[in-house]
Amino acid sequence: MMQRATPKTTRILSFLEGNTGTILLILIWWVVTALQLIDQVLLPTPVDTFLALWAGIFQGDLLRDFWLTLYRSLYAFIIAAILGIPIGILLGANERLYRSFEFLIDFFRSTPATAMFPLFLVVFGIGDFSKVAVAAFAGGLVIFFNVAYGVMNTRKTRIMAAKVMGTPRWRIFFDVIFFETLPQTFIGLRTAISLTLVVIIVAEMFIGSTNGMGQRIIDEQQVFDMPGMYASIIATGVMGYGLNQLFLLTENKFIHWKGR
Amino acid sequence: MAAKFLDHQESIKPGTSGLDITVAGLTKYLGGKVLYENFDLQIASGKITCIFGPNGCGKSTLLNMIAGLLPPDAGELRFGGLLRSQVQIGYVFQNYRDALFPWLRAKDNIEYPLLSAGLSRIQRRLRVEELAQQFNVGFDLSRYPYELSGGQQQLVSIMRALATRPNILFLDEPFSALDYEATLAIRDKLQDVFAATGVTIVMISHDLEEAVYLADHILLLTKRPTRLAERVVFEASRPRTLETLSAPEFVRIKAHSLDVFRREAS
Repeated sequence: MMQRATPKTTRILSFLEGNTGTILLILIWWVVTALQLIDQVLLPTPVDTFLALWAGIFQGDLLRDFWLTLYRSLYAFIIAAILGIPIGILLGANERLYRSFEFLIDFFRSTPATAMFPLFLVVFGIGDFSKVAVAAFAGGLVIFFNVAYGVMNTRKTRIMAAKVMGTPRWRIFFDVIFFETLPQTFIGLRTAISLTLVVIIVAEMFIGSTNGMGQRIIDEQQVFDMPGMYASIIATGVMGYGLNQLFLLTENKFIHWKGR
Repeated sequence: MAAKFLDHQESIKPGTSGLDITVAGLTKYLGGKVLYENFDLQIASGKITCIFGPNGCGKSTLLNMIAGLLPPDAGELRFGGLLRSQVQIGYVFQNYRDALFPWLRAKDNIEYPLLSAGLSRIQRRLRVEELAQQFNVGFDLSRYPYELSGGQQQLVSIMRALATRPNILFLDEPFSALDYEATLAIRDKLQDVFAATGVTIVMISHDLEEAVYLADHILLLTKRPTRLAERVVFEASRPRTLETLSAPEFVRIKAHSLDVFRREAS
């Protein structure tokens, strides 16, 4: 006899469908460690790793490092947005001005921001702010050229439609061009938040830091605390994923017309 | 501001003050090639004029120049005795998808031109209601444009263009992206609006049958450099219906226009 799917079973089924990959990966991880195919020192068991994560959160100071890294990333991101958006609008609206800066923009876009660590160290000193500054620089560039690109690619028909109605120029700017640019701006913001996190983690690892997830991961690697290191990596991944999801949700809510 | 706007509307009521459009000595180069040279044209107010011509002869460019969206290289444009800045123009674009504001609801799209005209919130809302009644709108105007069908979106575009009670309504191939059913429906709504308001309508069409069906005057253009091949007048009474399409006079005018088009387009 066929069994009718209850809401509960369909919910479980859809959960399985969306998470098969994750479950499979953890399963393979578990099998590999159970059979000791890889040295336990390099790859601890999933159980050990999640126990270390648990211990880090509730008995250790993982949360402190987590918040510090999140704080630096957001700090850098906010500076990036404050600088990137207006400059992007300015250069996007003046195509001539953009052309004259195009080489510089492309050059710095292609230069890994991490290559500029030493420069930022010299300028801002070895304090916390030099890390934030270099991350803000990397994120700001991404925001800036996405915004500029968005402004340059505004659909001419909408501007013409507003113009023929007799809408004043400043109003066209705020009512049409601004909204036209929003989807591309959000792509820039979302890319920038991921990038600032990457740069902050690398900066914490290599520019004299005493805390933060980057420093934590390096420290744990130095003392071969492998479960702890994997736990920290997972926690950092959760941060990145969470930030990205947060931006996607905001984007879908505010830019409801995107792609339609 | 609002009162002033309404006074302004009263003083140049469409159809009554005879804002004929005069194009004199118009010259326009596009990509180094001459498109119009010393081009003259008269468009009568209070009539429906359809512009028909071969591909690339610059119909949209002409409309954009008259509407003030594109500067001519030389020549003069007059609206009765007035300048472009003194007349209200409504403009309906071919691609409603690119012309409506997707971040605003349909009713806010229609209200939008009234905002710059300085109308209060209540006045704007009343005007939208008036238009909705006039167009006998059967769908929810508080939806976003992308939630509407193509025909509904183009209808919203037309309502937006008419919101400020313009003296002239320009339409650039308004039906070319629509299915046949929607085309028929909107065509007739357009005729109703014309009958009710007497607004001057200038429309580019890519369909000769549609052009003749709607128009009082059909302007047949040549290939570039573009000239006016002939102004064809079709005086059938309104409202025109499906019977019009088989009336001998309609068939004759259409055949004649096609002849002129064949001769001038090749």
